[in-house]
Amino acid sequence: MRDLSPETEGSMSTAPHLAHSPPILTVQDLTFSAQKTVLLNAVSLNIREGSRTLIMGPNGAGKSLLLRLMHGLIKPDAGTITWKGRANASEARRFQSMVFQRPVLLRRSVFANLSFALGVHGLRGKLKADKIRAALHDAGLAHLETRPARVLSGGQQQRLSLVRALATDPEILFLDEPTANLDPASTSAIEQLIMKASARGVTIVLVTHDQGQAKRLGEDLVFLQDGEVAETGPAQTILTAPQSEPVKAWVDGRIYLGSKAGY
Amino acid sequence: MDSFWSALLEALHLVITLDSDLLEIIGLSMQVTITAVSIACLIGLPIGAAVAAFRFPGRTFLAVLLNAMMGLPPVVVGLLVYLTLSASGPLGPLGLLYTPTAMIIAQTVLVTPIVAALTRQVIEDLNTEYAEQFASMGVRAADRLAALLWDGRYALMTVALAGFGRAIAEVGAVIIVGGNINHVTRVMTTTIALETSKGNLQLALALGFILLVIAFAVNAAVMALRASAVRTAYA
Repeated sequence: MRDLSPETEGSMSTAPHLAHSPPILTVQDLTFSAQKTVLLNAVSLNIREGSRTLIMGPNGAGKSLLLRLMHGLIKPDAGTITWKGRANASEARRFQSMVFQRPVLLRRSVFANLSFALGVHGLRGKLKADKIRAALHDAGLAHLETRPARVLSGGQQQRLSLVRALATDPEILFLDEPTANLDPASTSAIEQLIMKASARGVTIVLVTHDQGQAKRLGEDLVFLQDGEVAETGPAQTILTAPQSEPVKAWVDGRIYLGSKAGY
Repeated sequence: MDSFWSALLEALHLVITLDSDLLEIIGLSMQVTITAVSIACLIGLPIGAAVAAFRFPGRTFLAVLLNAMMGLPPVVVGLLVYLTLSASGPLGPLGLLYTPTAMIIAQTVLVTPIVAALTRQVIEDLNTEYAEQFASMGVRAADRLAALLWDGRYALMTVALAGFGRAIAEVGAVIIVGGNINHVTRVMTTTIALETSKGNLQLALALGFILLVIAFAVNAAVMALRASAVRTAYA
Protein backbone atom coordinates (compact mmCIF):
# COMPACT_ATOMS: atom_id res chain seq x y z
CA MET A 1 0.00 0.00 0.00
CA ARG A 2 1.40 3.39 -1.01
CA ASP A 3 0.42 5.61 1.84
CA LEU A 4 0.55 9.29 1.02
CA SER A 5 0.48 10.37 4.63
CA PRO A 6 3.46 12.55 5.53
CA GLU A 7 4.47 10.29 8.38
CA THR A 8 5.52 7.60 5.97
CA GLU A 9 6.81 9.73 3.14
CA GLY A 10 8.83 12.43 4.78
CA SER A 11 8.26 16.12 5.22
CA MET A 12 5.06 17.30 6.83
CA SER A 13 5.66 20.86 5.86
CA THR A 14 3.35 20.79 2.88
CA ALA A 15 0.24 19.83 4.75
CA PRO A 16 0.64 19.89 8.51
CA HIS A 17 -3.12 20.08 9.08
CA LEU A 18 -3.48 16.76 7.29
CA ALA A 19 -0.85 14.89 9.25
CA HIS A 20 -3.41 12.71 10.95
CA SER A 21 -6.18 12.84 8.37
CA PRO A 22 -7.78 9.46 7.85
CA PRO A 23 -8.07 8.20 4.30
CA ILE A 24 -11.38 9.10 2.69
CA LEU A 25 -10.67 6.83 -0.23
CA THR A 26 -8.38 3.83 -0.36
CA VAL A 27 -7.23 2.09 -3.50
CA GLN A 28 -5.68 -1.34 -3.14
CA ASP A 29 -4.03 -3.45 -5.84
CA LEU A 30 -6.12 -1.86 -8.55
CA THR A 31 -5.61 -3.48 -11.92
CA PHE A 32 -7.28 -2.68 -15.19
CA SER A 33 -6.65 -4.05 -18.67
CA ALA A 34 -8.11 -3.33 -22.08
CA GLN A 35 -7.52 -5.27 -25.26
CA LYS A 36 -4.97 -7.50 -23.51
CA THR A 37 -2.92 -4.48 -22.43
CA VAL A 38 -2.44 -3.82 -18.74
CA LEU A 39 -3.22 -0.12 -18.27
CA LEU A 40 -3.04 -0.05 -14.49
CA ASN A 41 -1.09 -2.64 -12.55
CA ALA A 42 -1.65 -3.21 -8.82
CA VAL A 43 -2.01 0.45 -7.95
CA SER A 44 -2.46 1.14 -4.24
CA LEU A 45 -2.78 4.50 -2.52
CA ASN A 46 -4.68 6.44 0.10
CA ILE A 47 -6.44 9.75 -0.48
CA ARG A 48 -6.45 11.60 2.82
CA GLU A 49 -9.60 13.41 3.86
CA GLY A 50 -9.38 17.13 3.10
CA SER A 51 -6.17 16.82 1.12
CA ARG A 52 -5.27 18.03 -2.34
CA THR A 53 -3.80 15.06 -4.16
CA LEU A 54 -2.26 15.43 -7.58
CA ILE A 55 -1.99 12.59 -10.03
CA MET A 56 0.80 13.22 -12.50
CA GLY A 57 2.62 11.31 -15.17
CA PRO A 58 3.13 11.18 -18.91
CA ASN A 59 0.40 10.56 -21.46
CA GLY A 60 -0.90 7.02 -21.30
CA ALA A 61 0.35 6.49 -17.75
CA GLY A 62 -3.21 5.78 -16.60
CA LYS A 63 -4.00 9.03 -14.74
CA SER A 64 -7.46 9.67 -16.15
CA LEU A 65 -8.27 5.97 -15.97
CA LEU A 66 -7.31 5.89 -12.30
CA LEU A 67 -9.52 8.91 -11.67
CA ARG A 68 -12.49 7.25 -13.37
CA LEU A 69 -11.92 4.03 -11.45
CA MET A 70 -11.77 5.90 -8.13
CA HIS A 71 -14.99 7.74 -9.04
CA GLY A 72 -16.67 4.45 -9.93
CA LEU A 73 -17.29 5.24 -13.58
CA ILE A 74 -15.36 2.11 -14.60
CA LYS A 75 -15.08 -1.20 -12.81
CA PRO A 76 -11.58 -2.56 -12.20
CA ASP A 77 -10.50 -6.04 -13.24
CA ALA A 78 -9.01 -6.60 -9.82
CA GLY A 79 -8.39 -4.71 -6.62
CA THR A 80 -10.62 -2.74 -4.30
CA ILE A 81 -11.65 0.86 -3.78
CA THR A 82 -13.02 1.68 -0.37
CA TRP A 83 -14.85 4.86 0.58
CA LYS A 84 -14.45 5.80 4.24
CA GLY A 85 -13.47 2.25 5.03
CA ARG A 86 -16.40 0.65 3.25
CA ALA A 87 -16.54 -0.93 -0.18
CA ASN A 88 -16.97 1.86 -2.70
CA ALA A 89 -20.62 1.21 -3.35
CA SER A 90 -22.48 3.21 -5.96
CA GLU A 91 -24.05 5.39 -3.26
CA ALA A 92 -20.57 6.77 -2.52
CA ARG A 93 -20.85 8.67 -5.80
CA ARG A 94 -23.52 10.84 -4.20
CA PHE A 95 -20.74 12.40 -2.17
CA GLN A 96 -18.38 12.76 -5.11
CA SER A 97 -18.18 15.06 -8.13
CA MET A 98 -16.01 15.05 -11.19
CA VAL A 99 -14.90 17.70 -13.66
CA PHE A 100 -13.79 16.39 -17.02
CA GLN A 101 -11.07 17.79 -19.23
CA ARG A 102 -13.64 18.82 -21.79
CA PRO A 103 -16.65 20.33 -20.03
CA VAL A 104 -19.89 18.51 -20.77
CA LEU A 105 -22.65 21.10 -20.49
CA LEU A 106 -26.30 20.59 -21.23
CA ARG A 107 -27.93 22.44 -24.10
CA ARG A 108 -29.52 24.82 -21.66
CA SER A 109 -28.82 28.09 -19.91
CA VAL A 110 -26.11 28.50 -17.30
CA PHE A 111 -28.78 28.56 -14.59
CA ALA A 112 -30.54 25.47 -15.97
CA ASN A 113 -27.28 23.51 -16.01
CA LEU A 114 -26.87 24.07 -12.28
CA SER A 115 -30.56 23.52 -11.69
CA PHE A 116 -30.35 20.09 -13.30
CA ALA A 117 -27.38 19.03 -11.17
CA LEU A 118 -29.02 20.20 -7.94
CA GLY A 119 -32.33 18.64 -8.99
CA VAL A 120 -30.58 15.28 -9.26
CA HIS A 121 -29.57 15.75 -5.62
CA GLY A 122 -33.16 16.46 -4.64
CA LEU A 123 -33.09 20.23 -4.24
CA ARG A 124 -36.22 22.08 -5.30
CA GLY A 125 -37.77 25.54 -5.40
CA LYS A 126 -36.36 28.65 -3.80
CA LEU A 127 -33.66 26.80 -1.91
CA LYS A 128 -32.29 25.53 -5.19
CA ALA A 129 -32.55 28.89 -6.95
CA ASP A 130 -30.84 30.68 -4.07
CA LYS A 131 -28.04 28.14 -4.02
CA ILE A 132 -27.52 28.45 -7.77
CA ARG A 133 -27.34 32.26 -7.62
CA ALA A 134 -24.91 32.15 -4.70
CA ALA A 135 -22.67 29.65 -6.51
CA LEU A 136 -22.69 31.70 -9.70
CA HIS A 137 -21.95 34.85 -7.74
CA ASP A 138 -18.99 33.22 -5.97
CA ALA A 139 -17.58 32.07 -9.29
CA GLY A 140 -18.05 35.43 -10.99
CA LEU A 141 -20.56 33.98 -13.42
CA ALA A 142 -23.71 35.66 -12.10
CA HIS A 143 -23.98 37.97 -15.11
CA LEU A 144 -24.11 34.94 -17.41
CA GLU A 145 -27.01 33.26 -15.62
CA THR A 146 -29.43 33.37 -18.55
CA ARG A 147 -26.89 32.73 -21.29
CA PRO A 148 -26.84 29.39 -23.09
CA ALA A 149 -24.00 27.47 -21.47
CA ARG A 150 -22.50 26.32 -24.74
CA VAL A 151 -21.87 29.82 -26.07
CA LEU A 152 -19.57 30.66 -23.17
CA SER A 153 -15.82 30.81 -23.69
CA GLY A 154 -13.76 27.69 -22.94
CA GLY A 155 -12.63 29.10 -19.61
CA GLN A 156 -16.15 30.11 -18.60
CA GLN A 157 -17.50 26.71 -19.59
CA GLN A 158 -14.91 24.96 -17.46
CA ARG A 159 -15.60 27.31 -14.55
CA LEU A 160 -19.30 26.56 -14.88
CA SER A 161 -18.51 22.87 -14.97
CA LEU A 162 -16.52 23.25 -11.75
CA VAL A 163 -19.25 25.34 -10.11
CA ARG A 164 -21.78 22.66 -11.06
CA ALA A 165 -19.59 19.96 -9.56
CA LEU A 166 -19.16 21.92 -6.32
CA ALA A 167 -22.80 23.03 -6.07
CA THR A 168 -23.81 19.57 -4.90
CA ASP A 169 -21.49 19.88 -1.89
CA PRO A 170 -19.29 16.87 -2.65
CA GLU A 171 -16.90 15.51 -0.06
CA ILE A 172 -14.38 14.70 -2.77
CA LEU A 173 -13.84 16.38 -6.12
CA PHE A 174 -12.08 14.63 -8.98
CA LEU A 175 -10.64 16.91 -11.65
CA ASP A 176 -9.25 15.55 -14.89
CA GLU A 177 -6.88 18.18 -16.29
CA PRO A 178 -9.45 20.95 -15.86
CA THR A 179 -7.10 23.69 -17.05
CA ALA A 180 -5.66 21.93 -20.09
CA ASN A 181 -5.81 24.33 -23.04
CA LEU A 182 -6.92 27.27 -20.89
CA ASP A 183 -5.15 30.62 -20.78
CA PRO A 184 -3.43 31.81 -17.56
CA ALA A 185 -6.36 33.98 -16.47
CA SER A 186 -8.86 31.13 -16.83
CA THR A 187 -6.41 28.73 -15.17
CA SER A 188 -6.05 31.13 -12.25
CA ALA A 189 -9.83 31.44 -11.88
CA ILE A 190 -10.21 27.66 -11.84
CA GLU A 191 -7.38 27.27 -9.31
CA GLN A 192 -8.96 29.87 -7.03
CA LEU A 193 -12.22 27.92 -7.05
CA ILE A 194 -10.33 24.72 -6.28
CA MET A 195 -8.50 26.37 -3.39
CA LYS A 196 -11.77 27.80 -2.01
CA ALA A 197 -13.33 24.34 -2.13
CA SER A 198 -10.25 22.88 -0.46
CA ALA A 199 -10.45 25.50 2.26
CA ARG A 200 -14.04 24.37 2.90
CA GLY A 201 -12.73 20.84 3.47
CA VAL A 202 -13.48 19.29 0.10
CA THR A 203 -10.93 16.59 -0.75
CA ILE A 204 -9.37 17.35 -4.11
CA VAL A 205 -7.93 14.78 -6.52
CA LEU A 206 -6.48 16.51 -9.54
CA VAL A 207 -4.87 15.11 -12.66
CA THR A 208 -2.44 17.61 -14.15
CA HIS A 209 0.56 17.83 -16.43
CA ASP A 210 1.43 21.30 -15.24
CA GLN A 211 4.37 21.40 -12.81
CA GLY A 212 3.59 24.99 -11.91
CA GLN A 213 0.07 24.00 -11.01
CA ALA A 214 1.40 21.07 -9.05
CA LYS A 215 3.56 23.45 -7.00
CA ARG A 216 0.68 25.87 -6.48
CA LEU A 217 -1.98 23.33 -5.56
CA GLY A 218 -0.28 20.13 -4.53
CA GLU A 219 -0.16 18.68 -1.05
CA ASP A 220 0.14 15.00 -1.94
CA LEU A 221 1.38 13.66 -5.23
CA VAL A 222 1.03 10.35 -7.01
CA PHE A 223 3.27 9.91 -10.04
CA LEU A 224 2.21 7.21 -12.45
CA GLN A 225 4.47 5.66 -15.05
CA ASP A 226 3.29 2.92 -17.39
CA GLY A 227 0.27 2.15 -15.23
CA GLU A 228 2.23 1.79 -12.01
CA VAL A 229 2.91 4.13 -9.11
CA ALA A 230 6.46 5.40 -9.60
CA GLU A 231 6.50 7.67 -6.58
CA THR A 232 4.11 9.07 -3.97
CA GLY A 233 4.36 11.47 -1.09
CA PRO A 234 4.19 15.18 -0.29
CA ALA A 235 4.12 17.12 -3.55
CA GLN A 236 6.79 19.66 -2.58
CA THR A 237 9.20 16.89 -1.57
CA ILE A 238 8.73 14.96 -4.77
CA LEU A 239 8.93 18.02 -6.98
CA THR A 240 12.09 19.29 -5.32
CA ALA A 241 13.86 16.02 -4.55
CA PRO A 242 12.43 13.20 -6.65
CA GLN A 243 13.71 9.70 -5.94
CA SER A 244 12.62 7.68 -8.95
CA GLU A 245 14.05 8.00 -12.45
CA PRO A 246 10.76 8.78 -14.20
CA VAL A 247 10.00 11.63 -11.79
CA LYS A 248 13.57 12.96 -11.93
CA ALA A 249 13.31 13.08 -15.71
CA TRP A 250 9.89 14.71 -15.48
CA VAL A 251 11.05 17.38 -13.06
CA ASP A 252 14.19 18.04 -15.11
CA GLY A 253 12.18 18.27 -18.30
CA ARG A 254 13.98 15.34 -19.87
CA ILE A 255 12.27 12.73 -22.03
CA TYR A 256 11.91 9.46 -20.22
CA LEU A 257 11.19 6.50 -22.44
CA GLY A 258 10.89 3.88 -19.73
CA SER A 259 13.37 1.70 -17.90
CA LYS A 260 13.85 -0.64 -20.86
CA ALA A 261 14.39 2.09 -23.45
CA GLY A 262 16.46 4.39 -21.29
CA TYR A 263 15.86 8.09 -21.09
CA MET B 1 -51.97 21.91 -71.47
CA ASP B 2 -55.07 24.14 -71.50
CA SER B 3 -56.90 21.74 -69.23
CA PHE B 4 -53.98 21.88 -66.80
CA TRP B 5 -54.14 25.68 -66.57
CA SER B 6 -57.91 25.70 -66.30
CA ALA B 7 -57.64 23.11 -63.55
CA LEU B 8 -55.06 25.23 -61.80
CA LEU B 9 -57.26 28.34 -62.06
CA GLU B 10 -60.20 26.39 -60.70
CA ALA B 11 -58.03 25.15 -57.88
CA LEU B 12 -57.00 28.69 -56.98
CA HIS B 13 -60.67 29.72 -57.11
CA LEU B 14 -61.57 26.96 -54.62
CA VAL B 15 -58.79 28.05 -52.32
CA ILE B 16 -59.54 31.77 -52.54
CA THR B 17 -63.28 31.33 -52.02
CA LEU B 18 -62.65 28.99 -49.09
CA ASP B 19 -64.85 26.26 -50.51
CA SER B 20 -66.62 24.53 -47.63
CA ASP B 21 -65.98 20.97 -48.92
CA LEU B 22 -62.34 21.82 -49.38
CA LEU B 23 -62.04 23.23 -45.87
CA GLU B 24 -63.74 20.19 -44.39
CA ILE B 25 -61.32 17.84 -46.14
CA ILE B 26 -58.29 19.90 -45.12
CA GLY B 27 -59.55 20.12 -41.54
CA LEU B 28 -60.03 16.36 -41.24
CA SER B 29 -56.64 15.68 -42.83
CA MET B 30 -54.90 17.93 -40.36
CA GLN B 31 -56.86 16.56 -37.41
CA VAL B 32 -56.08 12.94 -38.29
CA THR B 33 -52.43 13.61 -39.11
CA ILE B 34 -51.63 15.83 -36.12
CA THR B 35 -53.35 13.43 -33.72
CA ALA B 36 -51.55 10.41 -35.18
CA VAL B 37 -48.15 12.12 -35.14
CA SER B 38 -48.70 13.32 -31.57
CA ILE B 39 -49.55 9.81 -30.39
CA ALA B 40 -46.64 8.38 -32.40
CA CYS B 41 -44.31 10.88 -30.71
CA LEU B 42 -45.64 10.01 -27.26
CA ILE B 43 -44.88 6.35 -27.94
CA GLY B 44 -41.88 6.57 -30.26
CA LEU B 45 -39.78 9.24 -28.55
CA PRO B 46 -39.30 7.38 -25.25
CA ILE B 47 -38.86 4.03 -27.01
CA GLY B 48 -36.21 5.44 -29.35
CA ALA B 49 -34.46 7.26 -26.52
CA ALA B 50 -34.49 4.16 -24.29
CA VAL B 51 -32.99 2.00 -27.04
CA ALA B 52 -30.30 4.64 -27.54
CA ALA B 53 -29.48 5.27 -23.89
CA PHE B 54 -29.84 1.94 -22.09
CA ARG B 55 -28.19 -1.45 -22.43
CA PHE B 56 -30.60 -4.37 -22.14
CA PRO B 57 -31.01 -7.82 -23.69
CA GLY B 58 -32.52 -7.63 -27.17
CA ARG B 59 -31.50 -4.00 -27.65
CA THR B 60 -29.76 -4.60 -30.97
CA PHE B 61 -32.67 -6.67 -32.24
CA LEU B 62 -35.09 -3.90 -31.27
CA ALA B 63 -32.98 -1.31 -33.06
CA VAL B 64 -32.91 -3.42 -36.22
CA LEU B 65 -36.65 -4.05 -35.93
CA LEU B 66 -37.41 -0.34 -35.61
CA ASN B 67 -35.29 0.45 -38.64
CA ALA B 68 -36.98 -2.31 -40.62
CA MET B 69 -40.44 -1.11 -39.60
CA MET B 70 -39.71 2.33 -41.01
CA GLY B 71 -40.46 0.82 -44.39
CA LEU B 72 -43.79 -0.76 -43.44
CA PRO B 73 -46.02 -0.91 -46.55
CA PRO B 74 -49.07 1.30 -45.82
CA VAL B 75 -51.53 -1.05 -47.48
CA VAL B 76 -50.32 -3.92 -45.30
CA VAL B 77 -50.72 -1.78 -42.19
CA GLY B 78 -54.15 -0.73 -43.46
CA LEU B 79 -55.13 -4.35 -43.96
CA LEU B 80 -53.93 -5.38 -40.47
CA VAL B 81 -55.76 -2.49 -38.82
CA TYR B 82 -58.82 -3.30 -40.93
CA LEU B 83 -58.77 -6.93 -39.75
CA THR B 84 -58.34 -5.80 -36.16
CA LEU B 85 -61.20 -3.32 -36.30
CA SER B 86 -63.58 -5.29 -38.54
CA ALA B 87 -66.66 -6.86 -37.03
CA SER B 88 -64.96 -10.23 -36.63
CA GLY B 89 -61.68 -8.70 -35.37
CA PRO B 90 -60.59 -8.38 -31.73
CA LEU B 91 -61.56 -4.68 -31.59
CA GLY B 92 -64.64 -5.08 -33.78
CA PRO B 93 -67.13 -4.37 -30.95
CA LEU B 94 -65.69 -0.86 -30.63
CA GLY B 95 -67.17 0.01 -34.02
CA LEU B 96 -64.18 2.06 -35.10
CA LEU B 97 -63.90 0.90 -38.70
CA TYR B 98 -64.58 3.64 -41.27
CA THR B 99 -64.13 6.39 -38.70
CA PRO B 100 -61.40 9.03 -38.35
CA THR B 101 -60.24 7.11 -35.27
CA ALA B 102 -59.43 4.09 -37.44
CA MET B 103 -57.43 6.35 -39.73
CA ILE B 104 -55.55 7.77 -36.74
CA ILE B 105 -54.75 4.23 -35.55
CA ALA B 106 -53.43 3.23 -38.97
CA GLN B 107 -51.30 6.35 -39.28
CA THR B 108 -49.99 5.95 -35.74
CA VAL B 109 -48.89 2.39 -36.54
CA LEU B 110 -47.10 3.67 -39.63
CA VAL B 111 -45.45 6.69 -38.04
CA THR B 112 -44.42 5.32 -34.62
CA PRO B 113 -41.52 3.18 -35.95
CA ILE B 114 -40.27 6.14 -37.98
CA VAL B 115 -40.28 8.38 -34.91
CA ALA B 116 -38.69 5.69 -32.70
CA ALA B 117 -35.95 4.75 -35.16
CA LEU B 118 -34.98 8.34 -35.97
CA THR B 119 -35.14 9.27 -32.27
CA ARG B 120 -32.72 6.45 -31.49
CA GLN B 121 -30.21 7.89 -33.95
CA VAL B 122 -30.53 11.42 -32.60
CA ILE B 123 -30.38 10.42 -28.94
CA GLU B 124 -27.52 7.95 -29.44
CA ASP B 125 -25.18 10.79 -30.43
CA LEU B 126 -26.34 12.94 -27.53
CA ASN B 127 -26.04 10.06 -25.09
CA THR B 128 -22.46 9.43 -26.17
CA GLU B 129 -21.68 13.00 -25.19
CA TYR B 130 -23.62 13.02 -21.91
CA ALA B 131 -23.25 9.44 -20.64
CA GLU B 132 -20.13 9.86 -18.51
CA GLN B 133 -21.27 13.18 -17.05
CA PHE B 134 -24.67 11.72 -16.15
CA ALA B 135 -23.02 8.66 -14.60
CA SER B 136 -20.78 10.95 -12.55
CA MET B 137 -23.77 12.99 -11.39
CA GLY B 138 -25.75 9.87 -10.53
CA VAL B 139 -28.67 10.78 -12.77
CA ARG B 140 -31.50 8.26 -12.48
CA ALA B 141 -32.67 6.41 -15.58
CA ALA B 142 -35.97 8.28 -15.94
CA ASP B 143 -34.29 11.66 -15.43
CA ARG B 144 -31.61 10.70 -17.92
CA LEU B 145 -34.21 9.83 -20.54
CA ALA B 146 -36.11 13.05 -19.92
CA ALA B 147 -32.91 15.12 -20.10
CA LEU B 148 -31.82 13.49 -23.35
CA LEU B 149 -35.22 14.08 -24.92
CA TRP B 150 -35.33 17.67 -23.72
CA ASP B 151 -31.82 18.51 -24.86
CA GLY B 152 -32.45 16.81 -28.18
CA ARG B 153 -35.76 18.61 -28.66
CA TYR B 154 -34.75 20.69 -31.66
CA ALA B 155 -33.27 17.72 -33.50
CA LEU B 156 -36.34 15.72 -32.54
CA MET B 157 -38.57 18.29 -34.22
CA THR B 158 -37.07 17.09 -37.48
CA VAL B 159 -38.01 13.56 -36.44
CA ALA B 160 -41.60 14.62 -35.81
CA LEU B 161 -41.50 16.41 -39.14
CA ALA B 162 -40.52 13.19 -40.90
CA GLY B 163 -43.48 11.51 -39.22
CA PHE B 164 -45.78 14.34 -40.25
CA GLY B 165 -44.58 14.09 -43.84
CA ARG B 166 -45.28 10.38 -43.90
CA ALA B 167 -48.72 10.74 -42.32
CA ILE B 168 -50.04 13.71 -44.29
CA ALA B 169 -49.06 12.09 -47.60
CA GLU B 170 -50.39 8.65 -46.68
CA VAL B 171 -53.24 7.22 -48.76
CA GLY B 172 -53.03 3.41 -48.83
CA ALA B 173 -53.82 2.64 -45.18
CA VAL B 174 -56.37 5.39 -44.56
CA ILE B 175 -58.43 4.52 -47.60
CA ILE B 176 -58.67 0.88 -46.40
CA VAL B 177 -59.66 1.65 -42.80
CA GLY B 178 -61.45 4.94 -43.48
CA GLY B 179 -63.31 4.01 -46.62
CA ASN B 180 -63.07 7.54 -48.06
CA ILE B 181 -66.64 8.31 -46.98
CA ASN B 182 -67.78 11.80 -47.96
CA HIS B 183 -68.06 14.18 -44.98
CA VAL B 184 -66.87 11.42 -42.65
CA THR B 185 -63.45 10.02 -43.53
CA ARG B 186 -62.48 11.85 -46.67
CA VAL B 187 -59.05 13.42 -46.40
CA MET B 188 -56.83 15.23 -48.89
CA THR B 189 -54.94 12.24 -50.25
CA THR B 190 -57.96 9.99 -50.61
CA THR B 191 -59.88 12.81 -52.28
CA ILE B 192 -57.05 13.43 -54.72
CA ALA B 193 -57.05 9.73 -55.63
CA LEU B 194 -60.83 9.66 -55.99
CA GLU B 195 -61.25 12.90 -57.93
CA THR B 196 -58.37 12.04 -60.27
CA SER B 197 -59.99 8.69 -61.06
CA LYS B 198 -63.27 10.55 -61.79
CA GLY B 199 -61.48 13.04 -64.02
CA ASN B 200 -62.32 15.97 -61.72
CA LEU B 201 -58.85 17.45 -61.81
CA GLN B 202 -59.74 20.87 -60.37
CA LEU B 203 -60.43 19.66 -56.83
CA ALA B 204 -57.61 17.11 -57.02
CA LEU B 205 -55.17 19.78 -58.13
CA ALA B 206 -56.40 22.26 -55.52
CA LEU B 207 -55.85 19.69 -52.79
CA GLY B 208 -52.47 18.73 -54.21
CA PHE B 209 -51.48 22.40 -54.21
CA ILE B 210 -52.62 22.85 -50.60
CA LEU B 211 -50.86 19.67 -49.53
CA LEU B 212 -47.62 21.03 -50.95
CA VAL B 213 -48.13 24.41 -49.28
CA ILE B 214 -48.81 22.78 -45.89
CA ALA B 215 -45.77 20.52 -46.20
CA PHE B 216 -43.61 23.48 -47.20
CA ALA B 217 -44.94 25.72 -44.40
CA VAL B 218 -44.46 23.09 -41.69
CA ASN B 219 -40.95 22.29 -42.94
CA ALA B 220 -40.02 25.96 -43.12
CA ALA B 221 -41.30 26.62 -39.60
CA VAL B 222 -39.41 23.70 -38.09
CA MET B 223 -36.22 24.52 -39.98
CA ALA B 224 -36.40 28.15 -38.86
CA LEU B 225 -36.87 27.07 -35.26
CA ARG B 226 -33.96 24.65 -35.49
CA ALA B 227 -31.71 27.24 -37.12
CA SER B 228 -32.54 29.65 -34.33
CA ALA B 229 -31.70 27.00 -31.75
CA VAL B 230 -28.38 26.25 -33.44
CA ARG B 231 -27.50 29.96 -33.37
CA THR B 232 -28.12 30.08 -29.64
CA ALA B 233 -26.34 26.74 -29.00
CA TYR B 234 -29.43 24.99 -27.75
CA ALA B 235 -29.36 22.39 -30.54
